[in-house]
Amino acid sequence: MSAIPAENTNKVFPELQDIETSERPPIQRRVRQRLTSRGATAAAVIIAVIWTIPTFGLFVSSFRPEDNIKGNGWWNVFTDWQFTLANYEDVLAPGGSQSPNLGSYFVNSLAIVIPGTIFTLVIGAMAAYMFAWGKFRGKDGLFIFVFALQIVPLQMALIPLLQLFTQVLKIGDLQLFPSGTYAQLWVAHTIFGLPLAIFLLHNFIAEIPGEVIEAARVDGAGHSTIFWRIIIPLATPALASFGIFQFLWLWNDLLVALVFSGGGADVAPITQRLAELQGSRGGEWQRLTAGAFVSILIPLAVFFGLQRYFVRGLLAGGLKG
Amino acid sequence: MEDIAEKGLQVVVALAIFAAIIGVIMLIVDRAPKSAREKVQIVGFLAPALVLLAVGLVYPALQTTYLSFTNAAGKFIGLDNFVWMFTQPEALITLRNTVIWVVLVPLLASSIGLAYAVFIDKARGEKALKALVFMPMAISFVGAGVIWRFVYAYKGAEADQIGLVNQILVWFGQTPKQFLLDAPENTFFLIAVMIWIQTGFAMVVLSAAIKGIPTEIIEAARLDGASAWQQFRNVTIPTIRGSLIVVVTTITIGTLKVFDIVRTMTAGQYETSVVANEMYTQAFRAGEPGRGAALALVLFLMVLPVVVYNARLLRQQKEIR
Repeated sequence: MSAIPAENTNKVFPELQDIETSERPPIQRRVRQRLTSRGATAAAVIIAVIWTIPTFGLFVSSFRPEDNIKGNGWWNVFTDWQFTLANYEDVLAPGGSQSPNLGSYFVNSLAIVIPGTIFTLVIGAMAAYMFAWGKFRGKDGLFIFVFALQIVPLQMALIPLLQLFTQVLKIGDLQLFPSGTYAQLWVAHTIFGLPLAIFLLHNFIAEIPGEVIEAARVDGAGHSTIFWRIIIPLATPALASFGIFQFLWLWNDLLVALVFSGGGADVAPITQRLAELQGSRGGEWQRLTAGAFVSILIPLAVFFGLQRYFVRGLLAGGLKG
Repeated sequence: MEDIAEKGLQVVVALAIFAAIIGVIMLIVDRAPKSAREKVQIVGFLAPALVLLAVGLVYPALQTTYLSFTNAAGKFIGLDNFVWMFTQPEALITLRNTVIWVVLVPLLASSIGLAYAVFIDKARGEKALKALVFMPMAISFVGAGVIWRFVYAYKGAEADQIGLVNQILVWFGQTPKQFLLDAPENTFFLIAVMIWIQTGFAMVVLSAAIKGIPTEIIEAARLDGASAWQQFRNVTIPTIRGSLIVVVTTITIGTLKVFDIVRTMTAGQYETSVVANEMYTQAFRAGEPGRGAALALVLFLMVLPVVVYNARLLRQQKEIR
């Protein structure tokens, strides 16, 4: 199950190559191979086109004037090119409750996602370190239990967690995590991210050579020094991979936001606003196209900018089960 | 601007509070009396994660289980919620749809992803071709909802079409169709969106697995005169079986929990609802937390065997390694 790319083995077994070629007339072989690979390439290109066109159509449409978007298909831009930024100005500009006001929601998304990711990483890494290098009874059992918590679907935790926030966690009438602020979202996202964070970071931190940690301990370093000075710097690749994932999950989340945000321009993330716009004005394509693109801008930038970490994290995550 | 400053301040304050809490923990951990230091350190590092998980996942999961046996007024009603789920026509449609989703999405996303991974393996421009199909992974379900509602957009036969699929229908002399409204086939058009998103995941993981196949095996097969198809069936598939299972199970779990696509594209109307969406509707819109909890519990029971199977597989592989 390793993902080590295999190098061309022709170098390893040059003689095999010769035997094979001598078996059949070379031209026939070459033609056959080219045909299969041509069919495969054609199929691959078709798939790639089908997979790309929906996003491309949305992107092109977001720059077309309103009348054009509603009047005819986006493929008409190839014959009738009209370019405008009006849609983006419209969705981003602050305004009354009638306007999409996406600028505000965009800021909300950032304000939810950045702390949500940092909290999960720090708390997860602390626990992962103890599970990897601490010595106490019941460690393995506890670790498996935490891992198993991934089974619990988000949906199961929502109702009681909301009740907890509004009815239990308060001093007098003052809620510890007030409704209609980011606080509930931060806590909820951190909790839901922890099981996977602990598991993945543990796997990485456990691989750090024991001598490094032993040496620091001999020098009199305690757990906190070892954690901040050795573990965190060495675990940076794993933290980056998981951090990117957590960032994208939180950015793209809708369910947690719907339950905990209250829905106003003060707190709700851009995904929630976009979902609202779809429901209330599903035909306003000039707003939806531009709005959708604003909302996927950051994930796409993260994706294309950090694709290597992204794929690495995916392989670690995908193979975790 | 004011808005941004105020929200930024909230984030900064939250991060400061968080840093202070972690700082206090580190301080206590370091200053603990020598005799108890090891214990204090372990507790200090694990406590934040374990407390959050206990409060935010373990307790809610138990509470939801209990809630599923109560009615809207909080009275214990035994299995009535489950009876409702398995007898009411609308609830049965929800279950039927979930089954269709869970069968089709993993099957098609994995097959297309695998085919694509094989086709582009070692092809020119492999990286770019991969990125195109992988890109939807970064897009939120809400964003994907907008993209595909635009693809499916409907206009009367006399008007110019703005949705690509209907335009293609018109080009072939058909009448345009209300893709999202006409039950029961509309469920399949929603499923297409999920396949569009998940194929990239399958492709990336399987591509890495294919590159991990030892080239000696492939050379040996080629020597024996195996055709491309025979090679694929008898060499590729068995070798990457483990990755294949992980991909299918991971997509299955994701599909069982699918919520955002249905929520944003049809809101579960026109007979398109699935369990995860119905759970939200019942608990937070219809004022029936008992029924919502029961649906969440059913979701849990459906996910459980998949995860257990996955975990066992993972352990077997670890033993082999």
